[in-house]
Amino acid sequence: MIMSKVIIPKLQVERIISALKENKRLDGRSPLEYRDIKVERNLSNSAESSVSVKIGKTEVYCGVKMAVTTPYSDSPNAGTFMMTAEMHPMASNNFDMGRPGINAIELARVIDRGIRESGFIDFEGLCIKEGEKVWQVFVDVIIVNDDGNLFDATGLAALIALGSAKLPVYDKEEDKLEHELSNIPLPLNKELMSFNMTLYKVGDKIIVDPSREEEEISDYRLSVAFGDNDGEARITALQKGRAGVINTEDMKNILKVVEDKFATMFPKVKTFVWDE
Amino acid sequence: MVESLYKKRIDGRAFNELRPIKTKVGIIPSADGSAMFETGGTRAIAVVRGPRTLHPQHMQDSKTGILRVNYGMMPFSVWDRIRPGPSRRSEEISKVCEWALSSVLDLSAFPNSVVDVFIQIPQADAGTRVAGLNAAAMALADAGLPMKEMISAIAVGKCDRTLVVDVDKAEEDFHEGEGPTDIPVAITSRTKNVALLQLDGKISVSELAEAIEMAKVACGDILKVQMEALKNRKGGDDNE
Repeated sequence: MIMSKVIIPKLQVERIISALKENKRLDGRSPLEYRDIKVERNLSNSAESSVSVKIGKTEVYCGVKMAVTTPYSDSPNAGTFMMTAEMHPMASNNFDMGRPGINAIELARVIDRGIRESGFIDFEGLCIKEGEKVWQVFVDVIIVNDDGNLFDATGLAALIALGSAKLPVYDKEEDKLEHELSNIPLPLNKELMSFNMTLYKVGDKIIVDPSREEEEISDYRLSVAFGDNDGEARITALQKGRAGVINTEDMKNILKVVEDKFATMFPKVKTFVWDE
Repeated sequence: MVESLYKKRIDGRAFNELRPIKTKVGIIPSADGSAMFETGGTRAIAVVRGPRTLHPQHMQDSKTGILRVNYGMMPFSVWDRIRPGPSRRSEEISKVCEWALSSVLDLSAFPNSVVDVFIQIPQADAGTRVAGLNAAAMALADAGLPMKEMISAIAVGKCDRTLVVDVDKAEEDFHEGEGPTDIPVAITSRTKNVALLQLDGKISVSELAEAIEMAKVACGDILKVQMEALKNRKGGDDNE
């Protein structure tokens, strides 16, 4: 099937870029301002946890499911974690039916790494019997409406879903999962949580939380997963996307933004994840 | 006549009673039409995109637009996680829903184009295809596409010898006596024709006739809810 390419009129590109020169965006935000974030929990009573996250008009659904599996031979006492993202065609005219394309694969992998590398999930706590049985954690994300910034929406949804997941009841004797949740939360190292923030270079400016159009005309994006190391930001995963290059000044700028957002945004993320 | 082993419904409903319904029209801002239909523990969302140009070109019909329906369950919609992506089951359900909706949709004004309907199930407690059809019919109406009639759908079931309207998962798993029978039915709003009919289980001819009559009554009630939701949908969108 032919993927329809989004074409943004040149005039619109100029409007976006000239507004940014005055630190303004077409929807009235400043360059480093997020849209309203709304969280709705318990989408599915059959999931270990599930959540919908809206950033502006962008909406993603996310659910955690768990299963019991045999561990990898190189880490016999560690559980496993798998993240999928589906850029479902219901969410946008630019998404097609079929196997996940490179965009959906990259999205899931970037968020997966940010979570995995931070140590947020206590993998050893997911061990049931060393070398034989461990918990397998699935985080599945479905994009419901795309209006830009799928990375941060997906990342936030995954953190919230993991934060509220409970283990299913597992019958060790019978090696059977009951269709019932226990009161035991998914083992997490709460203090190690990392949040994925994606910065975009549009015109001469670094912005966060892009609209669909801003995203489309950006030179590059940089996804930064960062968490709290004794009151200071610690970066746990990075990915630069698109063909543009980061110059020295921008790099300095970006790191400054990360530190600022660590002070202002990260506490909000913690509230979303831990305040039910 | 032998008495049925299913004397009282597990959740206490009357045998012809629907589960509580919730609906919402216009849930996806970027879509041409969208709706949510929830019945008890089953929730379906349906999204319409189109009419838009159909690719590849050789599939285009110069006389009419065509309808494509895609049904899928979200991985976390049931206890045992479903692998993302299509399955034999979801492909078949997509097709029977497509046939049902095609029967009332008139796309002759949109040659060479396609209308896509995406049905997704975030939470399942049986009856997902009929909930999906109810949502899809509302989403098509929300998109302002020409429809000859509405579609309403319900699953009638039989637990041992008892006919029940709007089967839930516990009833689908009722294995005493003659066991469970599941009959999804879609009824057109004006002509009261059957637009979708499937069955698995065991049933007599007279029981089936009765089941279809029960479905017609239930679909009448569902139609009222659908029409009410469409009337109350938020105005001021750019669908018109």
